[in-house]
Amino acid sequence: MKETIDRIFYDNYLKKIRSETRVVTIWQLIIFILFIAIWEIASRFRFIDPLLFSSPTKVSQLIYEKIIDGSMLNHLQYTLFETILGFILGTVLGIIIATILWTSQKFARISDPYLVVLNAMPKVALGPIIIVALGPGFLSIIIMGAIISVIITTLIVYSAFNEVDPNYQKVLKSLGATRSQCFKEAIFPAAIPTMISTLKVNVGLSWVGVIVGEFLVSNQGLGYLIIYGFQVFDFSLVMSSLVIIAIFAALMYKGVEKLEDWLIKHTT
Amino acid sequence: MAFLTLDNVSHYYFSTTGYTKALEDISLSIDEGEFVSIIGPSGCGKSTILSIIARLMQQTEGHIKLKNEPLADSSLNIGYMLQQDYLFPWKTVMDNILLGPKINGQITDQTKIHARQLLADVNMAETENDFPSELSGGMRQRIALVRTLITNPEILLFDEPFSALDYVTKLKLENLVAKLMETYNKTAILVTHDLGEAISMSDRIFLMETAPGRIAKTFEVPEELRNEAPFFVRRHPKYQPIFDKIWKHLNDDMSDENKGVTTDERNN
Repeated sequence: MKETIDRIFYDNYLKKIRSETRVVTIWQLIIFILFIAIWEIASRFRFIDPLLFSSPTKVSQLIYEKIIDGSMLNHLQYTLFETILGFILGTVLGIIIATILWTSQKFARISDPYLVVLNAMPKVALGPIIIVALGPGFLSIIIMGAIISVIITTLIVYSAFNEVDPNYQKVLKSLGATRSQCFKEAIFPAAIPTMISTLKVNVGLSWVGVIVGEFLVSNQGLGYLIIYGFQVFDFSLVMSSLVIIAIFAALMYKGVEKLEDWLIKHTT
Repeated sequence: MAFLTLDNVSHYYFSTTGYTKALEDISLSIDEGEFVSIIGPSGCGKSTILSIIARLMQQTEGHIKLKNEPLADSSLNIGYMLQQDYLFPWKTVMDNILLGPKINGQITDQTKIHARQLLADVNMAETENDFPSELSGGMRQRIALVRTLITNPEILLFDEPFSALDYVTKLKLENLVAKLMETYNKTAILVTHDLGEAISMSDRIFLMETAPGRIAKTFEVPEELRNEAPFFVRRHPKYQPIFDKIWKHLNDDMSDENKGVTTDERNN
């Protein structure tokens, strides 16, 4: 008897949680539908210039056409490949540089002002120089995607290394550990949660680097489609590329989030 | 024969704003199997002595010998336990215990058997696959003790290892540590704020004074108390007299008198 009453309380609690989730989802859908509807109506009735702002029907039609003729997939592949590579390169390089800084205090002190300047610098402004140096190809674009996140990753991970409780090192040293053993057993594993959280930031940054890179050089990719659409005054094309970017940037972010959960579960 | 000797050991802490003399002319010798305590006001350099003996830092002046060999050249293991357990949260109990052997590259099946036996000694059998977060403070401190014991240290250093625990756990652990030290005939140095703990656990007590840190007085714990378990020492008729005697000196020391007496007493 008593148990069934407990059960009822618990079921009520679950019901409440579920209904709250439902309300949130419904509102999210309403906002989305309203946005599309207002855009379409405003465009049809010429409250906004359909030549400049296009309309959902035109955009979806264009996307459909481009998917059918295979060109969208081609551009998308190009951009995704560059973004993922830039993202991985930026994160891994950042962690490696942070490790080198931790290894040598003196080197860290010497490089400090340069890191500050590089960090403050808007990295996309380096674009033209990178293109001149590495040629107008996809190598330059990957480097753009990487360079935008590498310095900030270095700084965040390095400071995480330094914030590890020194008593862990004391324990290890009293057991006879060398400095590299301290790094392997204490410093690096303790900083893993920070490294994982930089992944999420970096994935967004890499999109910025790659899209700007494609603005500058490429003849392929979603950034190129935006610039091309702008130049030939085809704003349906610009909007279509934006929609595709929004979808895939969000998917990639979610993917990194899943990776983060998995890493946290398997490393801590 | 003296097991560990400190000969006129002094230590300075330097910073850009100045320096402090943490230790001045510390001379003491400890026999094999002896359990000594160091007590004194905060900032008297108690922990500094332990850090130096643990080879975490080097004394500015003076000589230290372990088994007639200069400490710095000696490769003998020294166990060091801190105020908190500092178990590595991402490692299981077993992996935490095997840190010392791992660092020295000596993990064999034998070490694992030894680890299980030590776990049983501290009543923590069956926890080897648990993570530290699943254990209570007293249990974690016992695991930290095993982690220290498995390297078979010549000497054990305790830096207020019971001070973060609740009273009941603390009394239980005192008994356990005292018993283990006797079973394995280990030499140990305990730094503590708790006068009762010092009397109940040790054979000899060094009272330190502050600024600069030096040994003000040495007390021999009465023979009858030495072999009793700490819990029973506190109820022994001889406990209160020695407590009062040291207590009086502790209070005198704060008024910074009695310095003439210290030199004779030091050579006891």
